[in-house]
Amino acid sequence: MTIEQTQNQIVEEFSLFDDWMDKYNYLIEMGKDCPMIETQYKSNNYLINGCQSRVWLHTTFDGGIIHFRADSDAVITKGIVNLLIRVFDGHTPAEILTADTTFLDKIGLKEHLSPTRSNGLLSMVKQMKLYAQVFQLKSTQNHE
Amino acid sequence: MNSKYIIDIQQIRSQFPALNQSVYNKPLVYFDNGATTQKPQMVIERLKSWYEQENSNIHRGVHYLSQQGTIAFENARKTVADFVNAQYQHEIIFTKGTTDSINLLASSLGNLLVHDGDSVLVTGMEHHSNFVPWQQLCIEKKATFHVTEITDQGEIDLANYQLHLEKKPKIVAIAHISNVLGTINPIAEMIELAHKYAIPVVIDGAQAIAHQHIDVQSLDCDFYAFSGHKMYAPMGVGVLYGKEKWLNSMRPYQFGGEMVSQVSEQETTFNELPFKFEAGTPNVGAVLGLESAIKFLQDIGIENVKKYENELMHYALKRLSEIENLRLIGNPAHRAGVISFVIDEIHPYDLGMIMDKLGMAIRTGHHCAQPVMHHFGIPGTLRISFALYNTFDEIDSFVEALKKAILMLS
Repeated sequence: MTIEQTQNQIVEEFSLFDDWMDKYNYLIEMGKDCPMIETQYKSNNYLINGCQSRVWLHTTFDGGIIHFRADSDAVITKGIVNLLIRVFDGHTPAEILTADTTFLDKIGLKEHLSPTRSNGLLSMVKQMKLYAQVFQLKSTQNHE
Repeated sequence: MNSKYIIDIQQIRSQFPALNQSVYNKPLVYFDNGATTQKPQMVIERLKSWYEQENSNIHRGVHYLSQQGTIAFENARKTVADFVNAQYQHEIIFTKGTTDSINLLASSLGNLLVHDGDSVLVTGMEHHSNFVPWQQLCIEKKATFHVTEITDQGEIDLANYQLHLEKKPKIVAIAHISNVLGTINPIAEMIELAHKYAIPVVIDGAQAIAHQHIDVQSLDCDFYAFSGHKMYAPMGVGVLYGKEKWLNSMRPYQFGGEMVSQVSEQETTFNELPFKFEAGTPNVGAVLGLESAIKFLQDIGIENVKKYENELMHYALKRLSEIENLRLIGNPAHRAGVISFVIDEIHPYDLGMIMDKLGMAIRTGHHCAQPVMHHFGIPGTLRISFALYNTFDEIDSFVEALKKAILMLS
């Protein structure tokens, strides 16, 4: 599935919710679901510090594909982390670099990526893009 | 409910336009007064009339508007001086806010008193604004930065304070009321103790000024700093009260217009108090707004405010005790303004997000007081903070919303 297709799928899922409570309940459930990162990566080396909540991001690059794993100490943040991972995980650096996060606007969660929230999510997206840039650069260098 | 009090809450609320609104289709409950209070109509009107009819630069014009503006500005200084019972009007310096006042001191008083090998003493419950400027001063001067310990109740450990005083720090800086714990510190006693060692004391009054009567002479503090915007006045104005003898011996830390007396290529002599600490054009409109806010508070009576807010506080504590797994952060014997708490197993940010959707304006996080968070070993708290316009019904709505949010997150 392309990044765009996953985003559309999420928008469709969220269109089923009548009100904010259903939406947040869904986010909370997603946040509670499954440990998203191995404990060893929940360390300062992988920490993206927000003022309000913390996010840990671990990235691997294998066969031209980037894999993201992440976690947060706050469950709503974790729910949105889960969405971001679903969208960006398993794609090439080029695909990630050209993608945007407008799906969050469409499902009414844009505010969570606002710098004023300071929950680590905006920095997480920036960090994911930065990894994509680095891996892209690395793979071009390897081919030279 | 109102008959119990001398103040008429509905009448007071009607004077605050910002309170009369809904957020996310829910009536706004504004419990973030520790961050900033809403403004009454008379303060808004004062700002408006300054800009509509009186605007001019003060202290330097010969023309009518400038002279009227200067008179109004200096009258406001007198109002502030009377409000905190300063001995002289020129002991009142207008600043941008508490942070600005403390930075002025860290620079000017710091340069006067703190040198290589000296020390400065603060407490473990300071807002970063009364912590970082002193810490940075110490780093710059190669001085030692000492922090008085706090107890698990959230009070200053006075025995520890005494031990630190014996090391004879050059300056002691203390919050009057903690912005996280709500603790009213025994500052009169702490000032007296420090004075036994002839150490000047700086009081951060940001969280106290709207909640109780301040008398700088009876406290005998050397400096008292506060912000206008936390006491119903506009943002961008604050006050630094300082004893004349200290202010006279300190060098200014900002230079520019108005604060000078004579300027030549070789040297500059500085203007007298209070002007030598007020470089540049002051925020006149906000200063006049502060004067209106003081009149607003005085009309109601600060003792009435204190009594009413105390009742609110006790009611809120009682209602919060109904909630399972709720842990108060700080349980001081004397409390005003704020209540901080955490719910076991639920992140404060998650609760804050849901409470926001339910129309509750509260604060989550470390409240610019990370040393306090470290003491209690928590990432942050939820904080509710009251003003004189809050009601018992709002506390009920808050508790219902909190129960709902906990249910969602459990």
